[in-house]
Amino acid sequence: MFIRFKTAAASLAVFGASTLMVFGAMGSANAQTGQATQVRIMWYSDGNEGEVLRDLLDRFEKQNTDIKVVLDRVPYKTIVEQLPALLDSGQGPDLARVTDLGGLSRHYLDVRPYLKNAAYFDENFASTMPWFRPAGGSKNGIYGVMSQLALTIPFVNVTLFEQAGIPLPGPKATWDDWAKASKAVADKVKAPYPIAFDRSGHRVSGLAISMGGKMLDGDKPSLLDDGFKSAMKKVYDWHGNGTMSKAHWGSAGGTTYRGANEEFANAQVVFYMSGTWQLPQFAKTVAKSFNWQAVPNPCGTAGCTGMPGGAALVPIKATKHPREVARVLEYFASEPVYQEYHARTLFLPAHAGLAKKGVAYQTDDSNVKKSLAVAVEQVALTSPIAFQLQGYEHNRIMFNAIISRVNQAINNEMSLNDSFTRMQSDIVEGFAAKGIKIP
Amino acid sequence: MKRLESYSTDPWPARAYGFVMQAGEPFFSALQRRIGIKGMAYVFVAPNLIFFGLFVALPMALNVWYALSGSNRLLIQERPFIGLDNFRALLDCASFLEVNSCRQDRFWRAVHNSIFFVFLQVGAMVLLSVVAALLLNGKIKGRGFFRAVFFFPVLLSPVVVALIWKWVLQPDGLLNALIVWSGGERIAFLHNASWSFFWTVFVSVWSHMGFYTLILLAGLQAIPQELYEAAEIDGTSARRTFWRITMPLLLPTLLVVLILSLIRGVQAFEEVFILTGGGPGTATQYIVQYIYETAFANQVHLLGLAAAASLLVAAALMLLTLMQLRISYHGKDT
Repeated sequence: MFIRFKTAAASLAVFGASTLMVFGAMGSANAQTGQATQVRIMWYSDGNEGEVLRDLLDRFEKQNTDIKVVLDRVPYKTIVEQLPALLDSGQGPDLARVTDLGGLSRHYLDVRPYLKNAAYFDENFASTMPWFRPAGGSKNGIYGVMSQLALTIPFVNVTLFEQAGIPLPGPKATWDDWAKASKAVADKVKAPYPIAFDRSGHRVSGLAISMGGKMLDGDKPSLLDDGFKSAMKKVYDWHGNGTMSKAHWGSAGGTTYRGANEEFANAQVVFYMSGTWQLPQFAKTVAKSFNWQAVPNPCGTAGCTGMPGGAALVPIKATKHPREVARVLEYFASEPVYQEYHARTLFLPAHAGLAKKGVAYQTDDSNVKKSLAVAVEQVALTSPIAFQLQGYEHNRIMFNAIISRVNQAINNEMSLNDSFTRMQSDIVEGFAAKGIKIP
Repeated sequence: MKRLESYSTDPWPARAYGFVMQAGEPFFSALQRRIGIKGMAYVFVAPNLIFFGLFVALPMALNVWYALSGSNRLLIQERPFIGLDNFRALLDCASFLEVNSCRQDRFWRAVHNSIFFVFLQVGAMVLLSVVAALLLNGKIKGRGFFRAVFFFPVLLSPVVVALIWKWVLQPDGLLNALIVWSGGERIAFLHNASWSFFWTVFVSVWSHMGFYTLILLAGLQAIPQELYEAAEIDGTSARRTFWRITMPLLLPTLLVVLILSLIRGVQAFEEVFILTGGGPGTATQYIVQYIYETAFANQVHLLGLAAAASLLVAAALMLLTLMQLRISYHGKDT
């Protein structure tokens, strides 16, 4: 029987159209837009930094009409979970804002050859440059710039302390002092979370180091010493006696990140262990709802330290426009732009010159001003171990192992000692997958 | 078919259509004469086969390579062959019933959770779907409305379903508000392992039940009415009618529903991931979430381990599918 050609051609037409759609959608991310070269930045925001950056980039585009910068604003989860897979497959943006500085470093581009004034970067960003340098990369390479320097720091709801009639512990208060005071306040005012930590291995590492944890032995992880174990026991006991609520950490699984910023903003948390990146958000979400402030990091047996961190704007190796990417990065890192960015976002700058001169933060909020002053003071007290750990390329393997296994102990799926054993085997497994043998 | 010249006065889309219709005709006619009608069938299936090959078969084959290779690299040429090491790692247990005795305890925890979940969820799903189908098959007021209502959740995105229920179940959500209003104590539904597990089963049943109810309803409506009329004439009780007429004739449909819901139960991911994130701890982490987290969410992407786990799940699903096919063929024979 003769098959009608009409049907065949219609089928082929549909096939052809769908194939074109598929390949069209898979087109290069760095398309030329008319005469201007398009540069894409994948960006997440903690507060208002997306809006501030967009404003700054609009001015950049006016001065550099041959470049169009597209700012793709994504949730933080996308940066953590999807960006690594994109980069591994050779796709992805031209620049990205990342927090896993060492872990993704093999994807970064050394922009030194493309910069007009590389010496400016050497002079002002020397302390944080090593955090991005990939193993085997150039020892003086410029692989990005911090979009903020952060420090883990606790925030307290001062109003709840006042309502409970309990004084705030002093600047040298220990972790136990804060745990006792926060629990007492929470019991009196019926707050559900006496102490809350962001569900992150990075956040508890400051506690571990202040309790004597060494974390690293040269270039290898060294978790399971007495200091680290005593810190994790504190976290475990706090969950057991209600000082930390299982509703927060316990309610998530695996390595899922969970902040407690919303709970803090809703006055449900007495003592919130988070970091300086929350300041712009709290300036907006808390404002004058209640009195709050950052306080010095509590002390353990080995010191009173937080964990440095932050996020960085990094150029990606796979970019097709390295010169344009370098120009965008150089603009962002330039002192006036960097100054304005930090003044408006209320972040700590990683710029040595600005750290000396100070940043004229654009806020009238007295809580924010006091907190910034505390944070700047705390930077100087941060342990060198904490800086070393932050710069360690494989720190995420350790952070993920800590948070997932301690969480299982908290939820009674295993004992705390078993969780330490499992942490170690997770770390060994993670390093083995990267081709690194550790005991 | 219209001749090309007769399209000349039509609008341009019609003229383009006419051109396409006529342009390749000599080629396809010649091809058909050469390879026959059966051969032409393959020619027209080829585009779809190419897509299937590129986007389904090829990734499946790559997945096998990932399962047999190591390292955290994404590109296959950078992954060394390690044989069955990933499978050995997954199956390395002193006792399969004691997850803490297993090297990959999280995998076995997910397997145990999934087995328990599937058992409860499928049981509840099938039972409730049968009851709903029987009710909707009866002469009730607003039958059309209720049929639509049961099916609405099926139309919703699983993410939407999970978010809605998450809001309902949170400590200051709607359900706790009702409990507190009626004098009870607030319950942390999603912060308690047992309650979290229950709600993952509930939400899964609630969102998918309509689909199976519809299938069973069709099965009920296919039962000849004469059988019920004859039973009525004979004075058979409703209970006996149900067990002697309805259930035996509904059985083939019921078995299809059972197998489909089993397969879907093993694949449960979206609703649970949004609702509980696998928590508290790993209480509601099921096998698909384990695969996702192992492959993509952890800092070190253990792609080989995840691929090996996915192949084990695929083998289980293949078994269920073969069972369904066997039952369907058996049903047709009888």
